Amino acid sequence: MTAAAETVRLPPARESLGTRIVRALTRGPLNVLLAVIGLLWLVPTIGLFLTSLLPVSALGASGWWQIFAHPSRATWSNYDALFHNAGMLTALKTTAYIAVGNTLLVVIIGAMAGYAFAWLDFPGRDWIFVIVIALLVVPIQMALIPMFRFYDTVGLFDTWYGIALFHTAFGLPFAIFLLRNFFVGLPKDILESARIDGASEIRIFVRLILPLGLPAIAALAIFQFLWTWNDLLVALTFGQNTTPITVWISEQLREFATSIDIIAPASFISLVIPLAVFFAFQRYFVQGLLAGSVK
Amino acid sequence: MSSGGITAEPPLAAAPPPGAEPRRFISRYGMVAVFLGPTIVMLGIWMVYPAVYTIVRSFFGPTGFLGSWVGVDNYRTLFTSSYFTTAIKNNAIWVAVVPAFVTAIGLLFAVLTERIRWSVAFKTVIFLPMAISAFATGVTWRILYDQDPNLGAINALARSAKDAVTPPGVLPTASPSTPSLQPHNGGILLKTPLHPGGVALLGLTGIAPPDMPSGAKQAVKPTSKPGDIGGVVWRDFKPGGGKPGVVEQGELGIPDVTVELRNASGKVVQSSKSTADGTFDFTNVPAGTYNAGVGASTFAKPFGGYSWLGPSLITPSLLIAYIWIWAGFSMVVIAAGLSAMPREVLEAARTDGASEWQVFRRVTVPLLAPVLSVVFITMVINVLKVFDIVFALAPESSQSSANVLAFAMWQTAFSGAGNFGIGSAIAALLFLLVVPVLVLNVRRFKREV
Repeated sequence: MTAAAETVRLPPARESLGTRIVRALTRGPLNVLLAVIGLLWLVPTIGLFLTSLLPVSALGASGWWQIFAHPSRATWSNYDALFHNAGMLTALKTTAYIAVGNTLLVVIIGAMAGYAFAWLDFPGRDWIFVIVIALLVVPIQMALIPMFRFYDTVGLFDTWYGIALFHTAFGLPFAIFLLRNFFVGLPKDILESARIDGASEIRIFVRLILPLGLPAIAALAIFQFLWTWNDLLVALTFGQNTTPITVWISEQLREFATSIDIIAPASFISLVIPLAVFFAFQRYFVQGLLAGSVK
Repeated sequence: MSSGGITAEPPLAAAPPPGAEPRRFISRYGMVAVFLGPTIVMLGIWMVYPAVYTIVRSFFGPTGFLGSWVGVDNYRTLFTSSYFTTAIKNNAIWVAVVPAFVTAIGLLFAVLTERIRWSVAFKTVIFLPMAISAFATGVTWRILYDQDPNLGAINALARSAKDAVTPPGVLPTASPSTPSLQPHNGGILLKTPLHPGGVALLGLTGIAPPDMPSGAKQAVKPTSKPGDIGGVVWRDFKPGGGKPGVVEQGELGIPDVTVELRNASGKVVQSSKSTADGTFDFTNVPAGTYNAGVGASTFAKPFGGYSWLGPSLITPSLLIAYIWIWAGFSMVVIAAGLSAMPREVLEAARTDGASEWQVFRRVTVPLLAPVLSVVFITMVINVLKVFDIVFALAPESSQSSANVLAFAMWQTAFSGAGNFGIGSAIAALLFLLVVPVLVLNVRRFKREV
């Protein structure tokens, strides 16, 4: 297939070779400019990674770029020490609990509500949905103080599920908005014929809506995971001993220069997982973002 | 993505078979309760109740709540205490700068990447910071912003640029060894008047051995030559001390120092560079009274680095790091809008002889206006709530200068002061600021239905 396509396309390409070279040359400066911008954009992350590879003793006199002149100074010892640091490991585990627990909750509750708003008929449906839309932009700060007291009373304070639940509530309006809009666009006849066949709503939801809605659900899940994984404010407020990685690192910030051998590698570890998720599911993430903003 | 309105009606509900109504009713509303129950519980407890509570709470005192009614005092404090007015002012700067820059940079990148073959790679690189926490970004940029040019990459670059324009002095730390040498306009001047045939002794101390210019040799006191003014500039110090003002064995001359000869009215008439043994010579000096000295450039301090994280630059530094995060978001959203744009319109404009700039200005931007406004509004909302990056990037000494509303709210309520009254007032203010967007969203939905 491809070989055939190549042979078909070749002759005109050869004819316009001159034009193509001219075009490539005129676009040279643009390519160079964008390459420079791209490199500049990478510098902070590369800088953090290289800093994390250097011992504190090396960082007293010269910055991370010394590694280019002295590659032998690079060492995994900071990471080695960190992976033997019980506090960091616990923090990482807490982060995973919060992020995964929250993502599951938001996806399940959000998909159920999205389905109800899209395909169930009941009085006041549009009004409740308007409330959900209104809640989309309510700042997280609005809930910090009341929930601080509430969590203390009901025993949710300083627990990973307390933090996950807080994120769930604030993730729901966006989740419902995104999924409801996606579900509304699903082919009507499939659902109707399932109903005529006597399938229960729960069956339709599990067997039809969830599989058909997978692209939107995946986008939402990635979005939620990254959002929760990267959170600082909620965990800072509702955690004390139960702290995710961001809060754990923030506790070292006071001694920035001397703790850099902990701060830099821990920060890098904290961003490796979101980065991996991002690269693996980039397409979905961008789709989720577009659905959330362009709408 | 969707067709918009809520069109799907369950057909069986519209035409229920006779006799099945009570059962249907229960199952229908039972279903709604099952599907919506968790959402209503979550939103009710975590969002609606707290929102009401916070607004009410903002009219009460620091800790007591009921019984501590203070009216609008908390709000008055927000607009009078300098701690909070700084936060409000900074938030205003954030809102004025970030959305505009992020939208403009995103638009620029989106338009430019359309013309390159590796646009996917470019977009991935620019978008990458979006996956990283604002907190980790703060740590990352704190490393870049270090004031010491040896440690902070940005100041290292600034130093290279600065050194290329004005090289640092040979002897930044040196000072005169005897009182006859006096500071003069950043340099030093020998007070003892000189005449042709005279010899100037310019002894300096306070130079650490590693700072000595390479190639320095034993200092030599030159012999006087008629018609010339000679002299030596040397390190007037040797292990054990030595005698100030006297050239001794073991003391090194300082090469490459620019020595200036000034006439009686203080004007530089000649300058000369010292050799390896520290000697210099002004030839054919007309009769008169002169002073010899070393100019300020020799003592110019090396570049100490801009204090990016200091109180005066911290907000611009934060803005840059924040724009670095969000440019990718703006670029991706605008690029999607761009790819959905009718190509024929652009082609038609080009065929009609419009230049690329005209096409961009008169066709692309107006057609993209809805997308641009969405990006802009999203950024305004984000920027109002900015917290993490301030927390991570601003050192404690700069926090009061970097202060923003969300940070002030957290500090006031949860770190130290424990003032829930003012904390609630800040939260309510933040909410008030996003109400226009809330109304906009609701209106858009109502139009859709």
